[in-house]
Amino acid sequence: MTPIAITMMIIAILTVWGGLVLALVNLQRHPEDEGALPEEHAPEL
Amino acid sequence: MSSSSPARPAPPVKRETFSSRRLFILSAIGSAVGLGNIWRFPYIAYDNGGGAFLIPYLVALLTAGIPLLFLDYAVGHKFRGSAPLAYRRLHRAAEPLGWWQVLVCFVIAAYYAVIIAWALMYTIFSFTEAWGDDAEGFFFGNFLGVAEAPGLGFDFIPSVFFPLLLIWAAVILIMVAGIRKGISRANAVLLPLLVAMFVLLVIQALFLPGAAQGLNAFFTPDWSALADPSVWAAAYGHIFFSLSVGYGIMVTYSSYLKRRTDLTGSGMVVAFSNSGFEILAGIGVFAALGFMAQAAGTGVNDVVTQGIGLAFVAFPTIVSQAPFGAVMGVLFFGSLVFAGITSLISVLEVIVAAVQDKLGWGRIKASLVVSILVAAVSLAFFPTATGLYLLDTSDAFVNSFGITLGALVTVVVLAWFLRKLPLLSAHLNRISTVKMRGTWMVLVAAVVPLALIYMVANEFISKISTTYEGYPDWFVGVFGWGMSAALVVLALVLTFIPWSRSSKAHDDPEYDAVVEEDAKETAL
Repeated sequence: MTPIAITMMIIAILTVWGGLVLALVNLQRHPEDEGALPEEHAPEL
Repeated sequence: MSSSSPARPAPPVKRETFSSRRLFILSAIGSAVGLGNIWRFPYIAYDNGGGAFLIPYLVALLTAGIPLLFLDYAVGHKFRGSAPLAYRRLHRAAEPLGWWQVLVCFVIAAYYAVIIAWALMYTIFSFTEAWGDDAEGFFFGNFLGVAEAPGLGFDFIPSVFFPLLLIWAAVILIMVAGIRKGISRANAVLLPLLVAMFVLLVIQALFLPGAAQGLNAFFTPDWSALADPSVWAAAYGHIFFSLSVGYGIMVTYSSYLKRRTDLTGSGMVVAFSNSGFEILAGIGVFAALGFMAQAAGTGVNDVVTQGIGLAFVAFPTIVSQAPFGAVMGVLFFGSLVFAGITSLISVLEVIVAAVQDKLGWGRIKASLVVSILVAAVSLAFFPTATGLYLLDTSDAFVNSFGITLGALVTVVVLAWFLRKLPLLSAHLNRISTVKMRGTWMVLVAAVVPLALIYMVANEFISKISTTYEGYPDWFVGVFGWGMSAALVVLALVLTFIPWSRSSKAHDDPEYDAVVEEDAKETAL
């Protein structure tokens, strides 16, 4: 592969997958608010 | 949260919910990741500047795709209903928007299932490389038996009809089982499987001779493309279709979320997972195309293609030539099947939820009636000798004048006529971690409509100036223009049909409690 193609591939992977990692980290830091969930569950069907 | 009043006569059936945020995210990714990620994105990126396309792509994702995704989330989650009910609760006049989206989903579901059926057959064909030396002749001739001229015929092709029947049977089982036991479970199994298979496929493709040339073609930037408006339009267009926004799916799925859910935080994961999968697909597809070019002794630009041509002509050729080709074929077509099914069930859910709400029916009855009806239409019109022409025409027109035009009208009505963006922004920010304030409203009210207007105008001009694909005028008139117009008329008709007495539009204590609680919170 040419250096410019490799560079663009790395930038693409870092921005998009990096964005995904950031989004996941953000979500992990704010766990689901179980205490505030409705007590009664919807019926399964 | 939604504590019901002590004096209620008969407890109405509660709205189903995703049992966890994780399952919602998986299902939303399953919906967004579809055939387009695999067979459309790689070509669009290559054709619009290669590596340089990343810039318009990311800009479109951040300024239009994600804002529109959150608009859908806000409507569905705040108003807790299927698309028609949610828009009706937002404003009476907005109900037809919901029905328009439901009807668009009806058309999409009918033909989308057919492609999954083809992919299912090709998964099996991969073992024997049934297409021989002529993948193109095999697909259009032996397999589909495509008629010479477009028309409407009922000349059934059994090798498509029966796999299609099988796909519908599987999908009906998932739909009847509901959100938790059906949709959540299907996604929890199929999505990880899809990712695992696709990763293996990409690794296998990367080891093929010529893969590097393919990646060079895909990633080498053509910076001059950035000055071309059509490249930017392609980026916005792709993002809209890729994220499954603007036609009811995300409104419906988010209506099944529990009240205190981080909408934007979850949405960011969905949006970036979808894009992450596309980048992976681009790498895999172009590595394989590089191998194909090398084997044929030509340049990558001579073999590059998209859509049906990529999946059912180029890929079989690659499978025949590659070492361990059968493995590659099973991984590729199996991925198409799984990506397709997880998207198809989300499209169907839009219709099932709407029928449930409008008629006050239970889950089983609504999902059976809807799925069987869509399956019947799908089985009657598409596995025939003329089915491919119909599929091509309905896909092209429903994308342009169903999804795109529908999204444009929805955004303009919500932002400019009903002026609901501040309300929806407040809803998003109540719980969510990524705040959507002024910038979000500007993006939804200005950038998104401008991009959509440009796309709709482009489509309109190109489709009016020449008859689509040179098909007969009557055919495009009926199944293209006629179908698109019929969706709008039918949406209005459905709006005027009164909601059933047992419908949640009339009596929904669960929703009333939520409204009450929201009001209290706002007052504090």
